[in-house]
Amino acid sequence: MRDKFIQTLAEIARKDRRVILITGDLGFKVLDNFKKEFPRQFINAGVSEQNMTMVATGMAQEGRIVFTYSIGNFPTLRCLEMIRNDAAYHEANVKIVSIGGGFSYGALGASHHASEDITVMRSLSNVTTIVPTGLWETEEATRAIYNRRGTCYLRLDKDKGIDIKNSGAFHLGVPRRINVGKDLAILATGGIISEVMGSLKTLAKRGINPSIFSVHTLSPIQERGYIKIAKEHMALLTVEENSVRGGLGGMILEVLARYGAVPKSFASLGIENAFTKKTGSQNYLRKTHKIDAISVAKKAFMLLGKS
Amino acid sequence: MSQSKAVLTKALAKKVRKHVLAMTKRGNSSHVGSSFSVADILSVLYGRILKYRPKKPAWDQRDRLILSKGHAAAALYAVLAESGYFPPSRLKSYYQDGTALSGHVTQSGNPGVELSTGSLGHGLGVGVGRAKALKLAGSAARVFVILSDGECDEGSIWEAALFGHHHNLDNLVVVIDYNKIQSLASVADTIKLEPFSDKWRSFGWSVQEVNGHDHKKLSQKLEKVPYSKGKPSVLIAHTIKGKGVSFMENSVLWHYRSPQGIEFDAAIRELEKL
Repeated sequence: MRDKFIQTLAEIARKDRRVILITGDLGFKVLDNFKKEFPRQFINAGVSEQNMTMVATGMAQEGRIVFTYSIGNFPTLRCLEMIRNDAAYHEANVKIVSIGGGFSYGALGASHHASEDITVMRSLSNVTTIVPTGLWETEEATRAIYNRRGTCYLRLDKDKGIDIKNSGAFHLGVPRRINVGKDLAILATGGIISEVMGSLKTLAKRGINPSIFSVHTLSPIQERGYIKIAKEHMALLTVEENSVRGGLGGMILEVLARYGAVPKSFASLGIENAFTKKTGSQNYLRKTHKIDAISVAKKAFMLLGKS
Repeated sequence: MSQSKAVLTKALAKKVRKHVLAMTKRGNSSHVGSSFSVADILSVLYGRILKYRPKKPAWDQRDRLILSKGHAAAALYAVLAESGYFPPSRLKSYYQDGTALSGHVTQSGNPGVELSTGSLGHGLGVGVGRAKALKLAGSAARVFVILSDGECDEGSIWEAALFGHHHNLDNLVVVIDYNKIQSLASVADTIKLEPFSDKWRSFGWSVQEVNGHDHKKLSQKLEKVPYSKGKPSVLIAHTIKGKGVSFMENSVLWHYRSPQGIEFDAAIRELEKL
């Protein structure tokens, strides 16, 4: 997703000289071509995410479209107040990009796990929050935030995620249906959707064919789409590589509760405790945090009374 | 600057202080001391130094002023009103329900305000960003950022200071309202800033110091920026918190206290004599 983002941004920057990319001293080799081709549109702010975000706001106030780039929690939590008070408050054209959603940087340890950013960023006013599932959505999302006025957050996995073809267009705020099924709807955000796809075989063995949705936009959202999904299914399951508190699961419940549409059978899979004693690869951590394909299947069985 | 011009900016500063006193009384609000401390700096800048067109707040060649010490909002609103950005009568709404003139500097709805501030340590970072963008665009416009002393406890100030030097932003001028008192006690007793000018110098800035209430000297210092080509400039303005009202001067209490009753009357009498 990272490379797709940079490649797409380069295409945009070639046509629009207002575009600036500021890195917080990360992106070894990844940003070299961009820097070489666009020396006047590239800044390394050094290891200073607060300043990176303030500089981005200042440049945006002077008419630039500024992308800030770093990994994990550095471009978000580290400089959260700069995002809120400077970028978002002023509706500045600042596009925050974080590489390494969830456990992307697994074995580097919990300092590098983005495990609350979705919760935090989607709660901010004036911040469009997008979490693509794969390369195709990454390109669509990059263009979408470039075209959208104001502050945006793009959370990318380090890896390529999963591309599901022939699944309809990318519309900001609208969940993308990836599989048409019945009884159960699984809603996932980001690359973790690959675990959902990985659970399909197990589910099929017991005659379950769930509907699957990519919830690429966490804010703002078109609410009625979710009411429709709830009405069409007897059970809902949300899956995210983010805290179970206030992320995708919370967002869906907020919407459905507002309309009295929460189904009897509802569950959220996400990170219960970010600070576990043992760490490892992304795959290892998805297993130990019970957000892997097997856990998705088990939760689905439970929701449908088949456990 | 001739003496008559100093008379003009002094008259502006007197109006600003009187507005601030009335605004904080009506709003029953804080920060009168911080506003008095910066009143002369703002008056010299708006009365003499900055290029701007109040009827065209977005004029692209204007100098940009960011009041990073957002708690001195009353002083900024007053000087903007007296400079023609909006009618002084609007100042009556300061700190009232439904106002755009909130207790910390707010851009939305207030022409002339370049950046909403209030949380300290944000103005300089945004300022260096604006100065960088103006340089890239080949603009002659300058960026002025007013910092408080206590604000320099924030690490973000020093991140921005590094950036300003690295990018040779000589279109950027910082004025520090160095009144030596912060929220609970003196700067010296809280977090020492001295040797303050050396800190800025070691960060690659060209530094000058001035009496922040002497209009003639303030103006002379601000007229000759940048102090070195290729470097950002910082003017450390030695000021007195609460300047203009004897019983408010150098007092932590008047960071918070709102002027009411006989205190208001006594204060206004002193301001009339300025």
